[in-house]
Amino acid sequence: MTHRVFVVRELGIVLALVLLVAVTAIVNPRFLSAQSVKDLLLGSAILAILAVGQAIVVITRNVDLSVGSILGLTAFATGSVFVAAPGLPIPVMVLIGVAFGAALGAVNGGLIAAARVPALVVTLGTLYVFRGLDYMWAQGRQINAADMPTGFLRMGTATVAGVPVLTLFAVVVLVAVGYYLRNYRSGRELYAIGSDPAAARLYGIPSGRRVLAAFVASGALAGLAGVLHAARFGTLDANAGLGTELNVVAAVVVGGVAIFGGSGSVYGAALGAVLLTVIRAGLPVLGINPFWQDAAVGALILAAIGLDRALSARIARSLRG
Amino acid sequence: MSASLLTLDGVSKSFGAVAALRDVRLELAGGQVHGLVGENGAGKSTLVKILAGVHAPDAGTVTLDGQPLRLSGPAEARAAGIAVIYQEPTLFPDLSVAENIFMGRQPLRGLRRIDTAKMRTDAGELFARLGVHLDPDRPARGLSIADQQLVEIAKAISLDARVLVMDEPTAALSGVEVERLFAVTRALRDAGAAVLFISHRFDEVFALCQRITVMRDGRWVSTDPVDALTVDVVVRRMVGREVSAMYPKQDTTVGAPRLQVRGLSRDGAFADVGFTVHSGEIVALAGLVGAGRSEVCRAIFGIDRYDAGEVLVDGVRLSNGDTAAAIKAGVALVPEDRRQQGLVMELSVQRNATLPRRWELARGGLLLGASERRAAAAWAQRLQVKAGRLTDAVSTLSGGNQQKVVLAKWLATKPRVLIVDEPTRGIDVGTKAEVHRLLSQLAAEGVAVLMVSSELPEVLGMADRVLVMHEGRLTADIPRQRATEESVMHAATGQADA
Ligand SMILES: Nc1ncnc2c1ncn2[C@@H]1O[C@H](COP(=O)(O)OP(=O)(O)OP(=O)(O)O)[C@@H](O)[C@H]1O
Ligand SMILES: [Mg+2]
Repeated sequence: MTHRVFVVRELGIVLALVLLVAVTAIVNPRFLSAQSVKDLLLGSAILAILAVGQAIVVITRNVDLSVGSILGLTAFATGSVFVAAPGLPIPVMVLIGVAFGAALGAVNGGLIAAARVPALVVTLGTLYVFRGLDYMWAQGRQINAADMPTGFLRMGTATVAGVPVLTLFAVVVLVAVGYYLRNYRSGRELYAIGSDPAAARLYGIPSGRRVLAAFVASGALAGLAGVLHAARFGTLDANAGLGTELNVVAAVVVGGVAIFGGSGSVYGAALGAVLLTVIRAGLPVLGINPFWQDAAVGALILAAIGLDRALSARIARSLRG
Repeated sequence: MSASLLTLDGVSKSFGAVAALRDVRLELAGGQVHGLVGENGAGKSTLVKILAGVHAPDAGTVTLDGQPLRLSGPAEARAAGIAVIYQEPTLFPDLSVAENIFMGRQPLRGLRRIDTAKMRTDAGELFARLGVHLDPDRPARGLSIADQQLVEIAKAISLDARVLVMDEPTAALSGVEVERLFAVTRALRDAGAAVLFISHRFDEVFALCQRITVMRDGRWVSTDPVDALTVDVVVRRMVGREVSAMYPKQDTTVGAPRLQVRGLSRDGAFADVGFTVHSGEIVALAGLVGAGRSEVCRAIFGIDRYDAGEVLVDGVRLSNGDTAAAIKAGVALVPEDRRQQGLVMELSVQRNATLPRRWELARGGLLLGASERRAAAAWAQRLQVKAGRLTDAVSTLSGGNQQKVVLAKWLATKPRVLIVDEPTRGIDVGTKAEVHRLLSQLAAEGVAVLMVSSELPEVLGMADRVLVMHEGRLTADIPRQRATEESVMHAATGQADA
């Protein structure tokens, strides 16, 4: 029963997506050209990975505002490592990035557990701290494509059977996390914590440990996103991923993950990321002034929240009857 | 007597300046049900939370099987074989009922994945054992208090624990569900489990328990075999004084029709419900859990919409699904679920108690602490709310004292029509009599009172008229003189059309 409702919720995003693509393609058929589709997939892959990580955190009734800074710091670290060790195998670099991101996520989770301060405040702080470290480290320098192995840079834009490698990364992450959240005890506990934190404590769920793990996961995925960002753009300074966190939270909310935790899915969050990317790419094609693009994203968020409220009211009514 | 399985000795616990438990002792034996009674705020739930591993005692020892027990958390208590039903249901609203029962212990299949199918059938079997009809797949959100309690009970018995602790599990249940719970509890007891049972309903305590412990003001008072006790003795020990008569029904003159309900229906909840409550009258709405009583009340008050019918107050029609209009017409509803609908847990006692009157108490749009405090203090005293300070968060009050705050909140609005859903849920004898006196007095002042109650003695003692609902329909309208336990239960179980 609820299952069905949530599928409905995700179908809604798919529908909006199809509609948007159809309208845009009618206005400008080139919107569906192979190159343009590839750009859309590439563009949404990194955002989707971040959204999956963010969804894990939001499901526990927390939020991670530092993901943009973690991405930036990891991206710059990736470049720096390659400058120092040009021969490093790519998988090792990916692992280093993920581990680095996880460590930054652990800092978030540790501070939240130790200081008993809301995640919103802690990650707002680390947003600036991590970015500050990035600036200090970069000192205005830029790392260029020439400093990185060509194999690595090729990964950023290569395709397998027409699908960008970055998208494959995102799909693997999405399916793995989605499967984990649905089928494993600790995954379900994340939902329980977000659904009613006080009850979770009374029930004896190790909330502290689980929330810490959620932040480590979010950090690790932001780290992965940082490495992929480096591969895709090649040119790195300390501004990589600046402001991304708001996009990520928007994707998660549009994707139907309740901001008060306990419900929603990573599939929805990933779809939200795709939808936001398509809107940003599609509206200029439709000749809409950039000012209205932000307004459109805002309207979409409000619509998504309205839809969620309407749906939950519907469910509540049908459950009481 | 069998050997004691679980022992508490010299246990104390304080919250800041409030000493909730002082040097308390308790012995639970295998194969025995042990009753624990005491006034609101006596420390019963605090003791439960110590057994559950939620609170660590400040002093004293807990031993299980002769071994000292140091619990670092609820999961550890569960692993030691202690199952606990808390006073306030602690369900996860977004998760399914089956998941709520098995959270953290879900049956597994290969690769340690959750076996959803087995979890569902296991939950179904538990419900069959308890004789309840609940869909294991539905989310816990929106369950009535009684259904929430049934889920908590299913959760506890699914643990096959050696020690079962139940903190007012029956507070929202009616006779039939209580009997089923007792049957299951007796079966567990006969299998050797030690059970601790807390209730403010003495008939239940005396029917189920072999020994009874009385607590007062956080202290142990006495423990005796049930044969050596009478209700009067227990009450005197609990309260420390004589308790005024229960159900002090005042004779009133019934006036003009105040609340008229005609042909009220909502698909799947209730159908063609019609009745009138006159000024000065107390009408009880009786029936089994799930008969649709609370749903009717919610519809009258405008929380839920109805599909057909109409509601009139003093002859004026209320618009469908409009709570503000109902309040303006002088209707007040004391809801059954205080945690979800009655209180803002983080706010102070005084803020909660005066919430519906905040405009009246404000001066020039500013809510002044002093006037708020004065208004709240009067009611706190009248209902004997036991709170550290009126500025403490309402979440730190004991369950019964929270219920008193909900009552104060609505009684103070001077309603013309008062709808109370389980008004004395979790309230101790002393205050129960006070609540009954208040309701009776309000009726005498001309208020029309509609009372939902699962407690039959309360219904029979207080009501001028008893309406009985069965599966969403009114099946009987019994005047006070003819209302008996049999006539009400008959109609409630659908055996008679009076
Ligand atoms: N977390 C807390 N913080 C502060 N005070 C508390 C807390 N929990 C309980 N108390 C206080 O401890 C006392 C005992 O409360 P407890 O809940 O054990 O009573 P109880 O016997 O279960 O009452 P009831 O019959 O109303 O459920 C009360 O005065 C209550 O206000
Ligand atoms: Mg209690």
